[in-house]
Amino acid sequence: MLLVHFLREELGLTGTKIGCDTSQCGACVVSMNGSTVKSCTCLAVQADGAEIATIEGLANGSELHPMQEAFWDNHGLQCGYCTAGMIMTAVEMLERNPHPSSDEVRAGLEGNLCRCTGYQNIVKSILAAAEKMDGHAHNDETGGHAHHDH
Amino acid sequence: MYAPEFEYHRAATVAEAIQLLSSNEDAKLIAGGHSLLPLLKLRLARPSVLVDIGRISELKGITISDGTVRIGALTTHWEISSSHDLEHACGIMAEAAGGIGDTQVRNRGTIGGNVVHADPASDWPTVLTALGAKFNIQGAGGSTRTVEPGDFFVGPLTTTLGEQEVLTSIEAPTLGHHQRAEYAKMAHPASGFAVVGAAVVVTVEGDVCTAARIAVGGLVPVPVRMTSVETALVGKALNQENIAEAASHASNDLQGEILGDFFASAEYRKAMAEVEIRHALFHATEVSHH
Amino acid sequence: MTKLGGTPTMTTRIFGSGIRRREDPRLMTGQADYTDDIRLRGMVHAAILRSPHAHAKINSIDTSAARNAPGVLAVYTGADTDGVLNPIPCAWLPPDSDIKAVDHPAMAVDTVRYVGDAVAVVVAESRYQAEDALELINVDYSALPSVVNPQAAMASGAPQLHEDAPNNQAFHWVVAGGDADAAFAAAAGDPQNHVVVSENIVQQRLIPNAMEPRSAVASWQSAMGELTLWSTSQNPHIVRFLCSLVTGIGEHKIRVIAVDVGGGFGSKVAMYADEMLATFCTMQLGRPVKWTATRSEGYMSTIHGRDHVQQVEMAATKDGKITGLRATVYAGMGAYLSTAGPGVPTILHGLMYSGPYEIPNVKGDIFGVFTNTTPVDAYRGAGRPEATFLLERMIELLAAELDIDPVEMRRRNLIQPFEDGHDVSTGLTYDSGNYQGTLDLALQHVDYPALRKEQTELRSQGQYMGIAVSTYCEICGLGPSQVAGAVGFGGGLWESAIVRFYATGKVNVFVGTSPHGQGEETTFAQIVSDELGVPVEDIEIIHGDTDITPMGWGTYGSRTTVVGGAAVVLSARKIKEKGKALAAHLLEAAEEDIEYEDGKFFVRGSPDQNKTIQDIALMANVAWNMPEGMEPGLEATTFYDPPNFSYPFGAHVAVVSVDADNGHIVLQRYVAVDDCGPQINPVIVEGQVHGGVVQGAGQALWEGVVYDDNGQLLTGSMLDYALPKAHLLPNIEVLSTVTPSPHNPLGVKGIGETGSIASTVTIYNAVIDALKPLGITKLEMPLSSQRVWQAIQQAKGA
Repeated sequence: MLLVHFLREELGLTGTKIGCDTSQCGACVVSMNGSTVKSCTCLAVQADGAEIATIEGLANGSELHPMQEAFWDNHGLQCGYCTAGMIMTAVEMLERNPHPSSDEVRAGLEGNLCRCTGYQNIVKSILAAAEKMDGHAHNDETGGHAHHDH
Repeated sequence: MYAPEFEYHRAATVAEAIQLLSSNEDAKLIAGGHSLLPLLKLRLARPSVLVDIGRISELKGITISDGTVRIGALTTHWEISSSHDLEHACGIMAEAAGGIGDTQVRNRGTIGGNVVHADPASDWPTVLTALGAKFNIQGAGGSTRTVEPGDFFVGPLTTTLGEQEVLTSIEAPTLGHHQRAEYAKMAHPASGFAVVGAAVVVTVEGDVCTAARIAVGGLVPVPVRMTSVETALVGKALNQENIAEAASHASNDLQGEILGDFFASAEYRKAMAEVEIRHALFHATEVSHH
Repeated sequence: MTKLGGTPTMTTRIFGSGIRRREDPRLMTGQADYTDDIRLRGMVHAAILRSPHAHAKINSIDTSAARNAPGVLAVYTGADTDGVLNPIPCAWLPPDSDIKAVDHPAMAVDTVRYVGDAVAVVVAESRYQAEDALELINVDYSALPSVVNPQAAMASGAPQLHEDAPNNQAFHWVVAGGDADAAFAAAAGDPQNHVVVSENIVQQRLIPNAMEPRSAVASWQSAMGELTLWSTSQNPHIVRFLCSLVTGIGEHKIRVIAVDVGGGFGSKVAMYADEMLATFCTMQLGRPVKWTATRSEGYMSTIHGRDHVQQVEMAATKDGKITGLRATVYAGMGAYLSTAGPGVPTILHGLMYSGPYEIPNVKGDIFGVFTNTTPVDAYRGAGRPEATFLLERMIELLAAELDIDPVEMRRRNLIQPFEDGHDVSTGLTYDSGNYQGTLDLALQHVDYPALRKEQTELRSQGQYMGIAVSTYCEICGLGPSQVAGAVGFGGGLWESAIVRFYATGKVNVFVGTSPHGQGEETTFAQIVSDELGVPVEDIEIIHGDTDITPMGWGTYGSRTTVVGGAAVVLSARKIKEKGKALAAHLLEAAEEDIEYEDGKFFVRGSPDQNKTIQDIALMANVAWNMPEGMEPGLEATTFYDPPNFSYPFGAHVAVVSVDADNGHIVLQRYVAVDDCGPQINPVIVEGQVHGGVVQGAGQALWEGVVYDDNGQLLTGSMLDYALPKAHLLPNIEVLSTVTPSPHNPLGVKGIGETGSIASTVTIYNAVIDALKPLGITKLEMPLSSQRVWQAIQQAKGA
């Protein structure tokens, strides 16, 4: 069983989406032990004992993560289907490069497809989040994390 | 999308992995899974047993000593691309790793998995061929052997790795003060794989090229050394004219099978080999091509 | 940190304000329920076996092994559904076109006609088990010859798909205005003063690629004889209607739910066999059944777009006045007629042959053609990008032929500005337009002369820079219903809205149409807030559930804001009228003395004597003190049927560079100036333009379906079908002008498709412009590096 099926079918964490079957679209991106993976290209059993963070765990209760906030402020989503994967990718992107250029953001989205936005407002959102998060590391690695063994 | 059933074992050591491979006829190794899982999902591969070597720590990490870079087979593309030490010692490896797939592929995919998969469209075989890398392999009973890329890659998805062998690490020489290396590729707009990739490693003294190793991939079943281009380059000043002239010999070295599809025909790819070699040389030597 | 559901305070007028979208919080947090997220008690999973042949006879199907596989509940084939499910209907049959509405069975009975045609369905406890069982089904086929190109399919001797459709002709529809033949005869008879250009244009087949694959969850409650169907649909009410026709279940016993839908772009307009198979399965088994397409499965079984082979000629006087246009179009329909398929290359295409220009004589012969391919239907722009491409390409050729600057060429033919109605030769009456206005703004924004100067400089250095400018207009805001009926659309094109106030002053708005990413949960709330002074956070828009919402025809043809928004505002105005009467009663004043402003009803001259809309809502709901004869409640319903279509328009500019070494194209700049009338939320408008432009760029540069000669889909997954990616695109520069539609209560025209209407041809023309020094005048789309490089090699060799 793939990790994405485990998250969606076994744990009911349906915020992580499936958009393709060839590891191209990035709708299924989750964070595994602190780095993003396409959960359609990882067996659930390979994640045994790992810490998985999904979109459900990003906001702290009703308090949105700054990246979610930035997507909201900048119209970074339309149909919302790619959004979970985009946001998970974007969060890691800024962890690795807190001050990306617009070109770096675009390059960093190579593994995430969006059909609605033409990417422009996604790029804008991530750049806005970078500015907002500058010096304010967001330490909310709580809630919504799935630990599992089998 | 929905993989067929298989048995799953997690190996703690290389020896255990080899033991599991030996005792199960159509067992397959899995590490990052970025080569095998797509095949499994499309049901194009149907191993009855998967041996997960993803947690064997002895297969991970980058060490640089005595002019040699040693990269554990399970080291991810991300770890390679983000290694500052490697960037100094053998920058082309960090750079090539950074251009593979996308962030998530690099986070999970491993250099060893990529190499043993031997996809003609992947980047590592070309880069490692140009670098003159060595593949360290462990077999049954603790035996080891070392193979060069030219003796490793046999054809698309085919290598000389035995069914009960594990690629443990890859070694490449560090680049010297006078050496420049670069990998240039034309990526497929959908898959991101190399339609054509060219890796160049040149030694420059003064402005003269004193040695060159050049390989291309993507358009050929296994990476091909561009010996005619290398010969044409050695002894020449690395200027625009000489680079273009040398690259124009590429077709001499591409006499074997050239791959083609509806996106890029063999004819086009062959022409692009010359272009990508030129681009790689221009970038390596910082010669402007406009 | 903002709390969920928070909204910035209103400081300016809410109509026209770029407030954040109200639907976003659930979409950004994983709390939305897309169809595949639905989990029901006892739910089982369906997987569909699809034909690997483009055309074949089915000799036999052996399902015995699959039936006995672990977890399998049932396996059904066409023999089981035949006679139980009615054929999947085509709902758009253009009149006077000799259309052959061939039977489209939900599952193939004896013949498969495209790769992906459904052959069997397995239901199992899990999807993995269903997939395992699919492999155990043994189908014995005899392959038949197949054809994939629509023009080739009409040639004599081509393999035939349907007995009832000789030469594979699905229909022949003609658009004619003026006398095109006479215009071309005149041009031929007077070559001193006329010029004629002709071109064969291929609008390649595309895959829409909404990010959410199609999915259905069907749940049959046998005791009540009721079906609930969660469906990835742009128009749940139409699904209910057609589902009733296919299954025989009464429309009143069917509930279709499509609240959160992950994009559509036309591909979720159609009624599909797969959803009906899920319905069949739940009715057989009495358990809820889920079916979700994998991406590769969707590539075969979800409609494709475009697929035209066009032979076009345009005549003009030597001073650049267009005198006529003639086109023969072979439009691939795929193996069966999809729900709206025939309407796309006819009504939505041929009627737009005048575009924003005065073209007095027009004729189009449109042939719909069956081919052994996935059915073709509406894809963003649907017929209009193909018409705009044809026009803009021909004008470019004319300009080159006459050596007139392409911008000037357009200026000489643009319709002069008009505010209330302009008739064109195809028989349409455009609502309003100022085509020069958008063109002027676009040229000024890019500094057109400076761009051309830069191009000249680069050309002298041997570099290839290309510039193109397009002007376009499109037909949107689909209704009126009377016209829908006249053009063979099997339904109405009106919309409805109920605005309901509760005692607490909070508001629900129930709409029949159903957005899926376009943001109407926000813009409709803005309309109501603007009209009634209720804070936007007190208004909730309800859509996408046929049990709750009034009838509506759905989201396509840029109609939801235009037609549905009109229904919303008219309901709000009815509320206001009732509010006035009630306020007059409560304030003991005459109704004609009551004025309304910013959510308050007050006696003229005495603003302190007032009742807020919330006061009115409370009183109307408790009804303690109502005027004689006034009904309780504060609720209004409107069924709005527009008097005409709307016609958004604009001018787009593309700047590209081409690397002659390898044929790579870089889209350097893209400027879109669009006029959709007044903008309810300019941020959402911009977002629509971004997305549309990029989809159009996708057609020009990367996207295209490839079938081999045997009808095998070579672009069968996202590994081979290239979608636009972030790093390949520039920021789109978006500007606008505002020309209200005279007949729409809000003046709005629609913005969902504008980007995709003009961008394909603008980018294409820019690339051809870049290669002009080499004498290249034509390329096949998508403009892959290889194609560009080959053309350059050929040109250099020549």
